[in-house]
Amino acid sequence: MTKPTVDAMAKVGDLPMGFTAKPGSTVAFKTGDWRSVRPVLDREKCIYCGFCYFYCPDGVYQDMGKDEKYYKADLDFCKGCGICAHECPKKAITMTLEEV
Amino acid sequence: MAKRVGMEVSIAVAEAVKLADADVIAAYPITPQTHIVEHLSELVADGELDAAYIPVESEHSAMSSCIGSSAAGARTFTATSSQGLALMNEMIYIAPVLRTPIVLAIANRALSAPINIWNDHSDIMSVRDTGWLSIFAENGQEALDLTLASFRIAEDPAVCLPISMNIDGFTLSHFIEPILMPEKAEVDKFLPPYKPQLWLDIKNPISIGLLGGPECYTEARKATDDALWGAKRVVIKAFDEFNQVFGRQYHVVETYRHEDAETIIVSMGSISETAMTAIDEMRDQGQKIGLVRLRLWRPFPEEEFLAAVSKAKNLAVIDRHMVMGCSSGPVGLEVKSLVYNSGLRPGISNFLLGLGGRDVTRDDFKYIHEKATSGQVQARCEIVGVFE
Ligand code: SF4
Ligand code: SF4
Repeated sequence: MTKPTVDAMAKVGDLPMGFTAKPGSTVAFKTGDWRSVRPVLDREKCIYCGFCYFYCPDGVYQDMGKDEKYYKADLDFCKGCGICAHECPKKAITMTLEEV
Repeated sequence: MAKRVGMEVSIAVAEAVKLADADVIAAYPITPQTHIVEHLSELVADGELDAAYIPVESEHSAMSSCIGSSAAGARTFTATSSQGLALMNEMIYIAPVLRTPIVLAIANRALSAPINIWNDHSDIMSVRDTGWLSIFAENGQEALDLTLASFRIAEDPAVCLPISMNIDGFTLSHFIEPILMPEKAEVDKFLPPYKPQLWLDIKNPISIGLLGGPECYTEARKATDDALWGAKRVVIKAFDEFNQVFGRQYHVVETYRHEDAETIIVSMGSISETAMTAIDEMRDQGQKIGLVRLRLWRPFPEEEFLAAVSKAKNLAVIDRHMVMGCSSGPVGLEVKSLVYNSGLRPGISNFLLGLGGRDVTRDDFKYIHEKATSGQVQARCEIVGVFE
């Protein structure tokens, strides 16, 4: 019988002493796949007010600047909580089911 | 040259912490440990010990502060007893995995209820699974010596784990005993300044105290367990080096008249001295009895223990903590499992005594010898002297 395994297992000997980590390691740890729904923006409706940018608890919105006039969610880290869609005064964001 | 002094054992432990040049002491007073940290707070306030003394609001905060100060690279000490250790419990589990080499003196005391301030081993036994090294002193000199050795062992780069140094509450902590107080220069020879293996350093930032999910929790625990098992080698080395500097040799398993003994009593802590007196008396009457004491309790010194008991026909294992709803005490259970799995087949009886400060006398050991040699091994741990 083969041993049961978990994906991306850490080996005992590879762990740093004291189970520490270098800061900034969350950049490499992409949490976007925890998401079941994604925010989809309708740029026609967006008034570039910035509510989504400020309310997102994960800080994943990036200001695209005065020319583009919208905010873009980094889907590597968006967890699909829906807060941006809820707060958007123009209902410009729709939470859409992720396809498996 | 060491100076011979008459000193309360708690004060001697505090003086050892001073000789070890501890950087941080975070503690909360609790009977019967209080004199240790009270004396340390005086030493710090009087400028005799250059350390930060953190008077916290609870033992939970005491251990939290200790983990923080140890993670900041400070030589760290605290002391507690009974309910205090119970209140530390959450943080006690964290210190080993974070590899913070804290030295904790425990003046062993019964756990409530009923409320009881006297001695037994229920406090230390309730944290036996946590990853801390654990050693036991039997008298005042050992309490001082093992406090010094504790810093040396815990901080060894190959160990880097917290350690508890256990003294029996009152029967050790409050006794005035003749103690050889070493010179600072001798201590410095044995105990080098602390070189932390990992610490919070703004030039090389790290995060300590992380989440570990199903993919690595087992591995993180195993890495700590590996370090704990590996620590025995360092304990033995530190005891040998201690002997070279101070002329007193300690062993992970201590023995007394055990070589030709048919019956061996297994004990821990200060009752071992009473047991030795009882054994002398029984030997005078021709009984082949000896004693094996666990100086090191965690990691369990398996090879040394098996070597010490290999020729015995009967083992009488003393426990000082009641495991309710289980047939054996913690020491009895572990000895049975180790010895029977090794292939040895002595009769192993388990005796519970000295709970909540109940006196342990020479007659108790004679009774235990009688029961252990009666040819009838009881399945259940016997509570010696219980009135029912
Ligand atoms: S769904 Fe939540 S996490 Fe994702 S962008 Fe919106 S607010 Fe941020
Ligand atoms: S909250 Fe809505 S309207 Fe405001 S910037 Fe974000 S998407 Fe545009």
